[in-house]
Amino acid sequence: MKLIQAIIRKEKLNEVLTALFAKEVYGVTVSKVQGHGGETEEVQNYRGTTVKMELAEKVQLEIGVTEPFVDKAVQAILKSARTGEVGDGKIFVVPVEKVYRIRTGEEDAAAVTPVLVGR
Amino acid sequence: MEKWPQTIRLLGLGLVLSLVLLSGLAFAQDAEVPAIDTGDTAFMLVSAALVLLMTPALAFFYGGLVRAKNALNTMMMSFIALGFVGVAWALIGYTLSFTPGNPFFGSLRHAFMNGVGLTPEGVIWPVTIPHVLWVAYQGTFCIITAALISGAIVERMRFAPYIAFITLWSIFVYAPLAHMVWGGGWLSAGGLFGDGFALDFAGGTVVHINAAVAALVAVLVLGKRKDYGKQAILPHNVPFVLLGAGLLWFGWVGFNAGSAWSAGGIAGLALTNTFFAPMATLVVWTLLDFGRTKKATAVGAATAIVVGLVAVTPAAGFVSPMSAIIIGAIAAVPSYFGILWRSRSGLDDSLDVVAAHGLGGITGALLTGVFANTALNSAGANGLLYGNPGQFMIQLGAIAVAIVYSLVVSFVLLKIIGAITPLSADSKAEGLGMDVTQHGEEAYTDGEGAVLIASSEAARPMVAVKPAGSKA
Repeated sequence: MKLIQAIIRKEKLNEVLTALFAKEVYGVTVSKVQGHGGETEEVQNYRGTTVKMELAEKVQLEIGVTEPFVDKAVQAILKSARTGEVGDGKIFVVPVEKVYRIRTGEEDAAAVTPVLVGR
Repeated sequence: MEKWPQTIRLLGLGLVLSLVLLSGLAFAQDAEVPAIDTGDTAFMLVSAALVLLMTPALAFFYGGLVRAKNALNTMMMSFIALGFVGVAWALIGYTLSFTPGNPFFGSLRHAFMNGVGLTPEGVIWPVTIPHVLWVAYQGTFCIITAALISGAIVERMRFAPYIAFITLWSIFVYAPLAHMVWGGGWLSAGGLFGDGFALDFAGGTVVHINAAVAALVAVLVLGKRKDYGKQAILPHNVPFVLLGAGLLWFGWVGFNAGSAWSAGGIAGLALTNTFFAPMATLVVWTLLDFGRTKKATAVGAATAIVVGLVAVTPAAGFVSPMSAIIIGAIAAVPSYFGILWRSRSGLDDSLDVVAAHGLGGITGALLTGVFANTALNSAGANGLLYGNPGQFMIQLGAIAVAIVYSLVVSFVLLKIIGAITPLSADSKAEGLGMDVTQHGEEAYTDGEGAVLIASSEAARPMVAVKPAGSKA
């Protein structure tokens, strides 16, 4: 059981989701995040006020998967989220102690295997 | 806790003072009353509605420029002028502005709308619209002028003293200055300048310079925001700023063209100039933006439109459209660099009222004295370019009088109010945001975490105002 935490460019979200779904990874939580990853700061002007935007908006994906899916998911993200420029993001793979599905009380592998309603 | 009784006491004091000051001044007026013209009346009905819209427009313009936590407070500072200043106008402001009196203010002849009827009878100028409409139309000017001041002191001034200030200001500063320039007073013909008179078609001096000086005084009295110069303070909604600028331009047609008081050639001239001048300002401002940052900014475009409108306001019915384009183009420069200088200075004129309305207003008033042409409007005067250099000096003199008068009286009013109740919010309230601390509301809330309290509990003050988990 692993939790894949990927921080990607927000304009790459649709490509990454498509790539994940193609590898049959369906359970994803997406959140908007801000961070600093060493990119060049963007300069903005509001009347006389000039500011450097030190935080860039990113999208974070959280995906709980069983071992056979870890590499598939990581490769899919690496391929679809990459532009080659600074700021493409990071992927963290972290161990998960326990998973429960709230609806049924199922645990671990059963809990992260999506029920594909109507697919 | 807002101290409402104090505000009411202040307003009462102002009213009594003005009554004492002015009682016994009564004047006769010749009785030749022009007939109503239905075309003129229809035009002025529309113009009054247009100028009324400018105050909500200003609320959006200012509201977009502040941080999200102060959006409602900033917008309310404009909206509340529609209430307090509008009522003060009907009760006393109008009669002090537009009735014959001494050189500085009018009489109490039309106080409480007394004798204001459905014919032009009693209007100080020979207009062909109902007296009631004239009062309403002129009232919309007073309202927006008072609201303009708020841009300088947003995000920190407490709401009750703000209401007291703009209401008293409309009586003791706006009305006398309107009387001096438009009501047959000191800056009109037969006053300070002998046979000459200050040219101010729709309010460059009375409205914009006047409000900007009061704004400057308010900044100096209140001081800067605690974050000013330490943190980046960014506009929270630039589309609001553009919306406000667009609606202001639309309303300004009523402001400038309506100041012809009649649907004719001069109104057509004023409307055309009200279109072309800001257009020229927008062009020059955009080029300056490109030169400075290589990008044309949206806040800059909105600001440029307002600056161009301000500059053409005194000139609108006196100059040719080509002159208006030149006025608009020139006006971009002092305001553009004024804003750049201001935001690097210690002067927290938060939304640049001085740079936009003060510098724009002075530029416009002076250039009116350059480009005014009696071949277009015989009721005006020739400017410098048309063989009358004296008019430029008159414009300069009128500007000086407006600055000194507004400066002194605005300062005194703020000091009096400040002696009764604090003008500024404390730094904790300022940090929390003026929406929550002054109004008990937020502009943008999704209701998450909002738990309904029973009505018996709600009667306890401050519970709803203090966010959960805050250090009291």
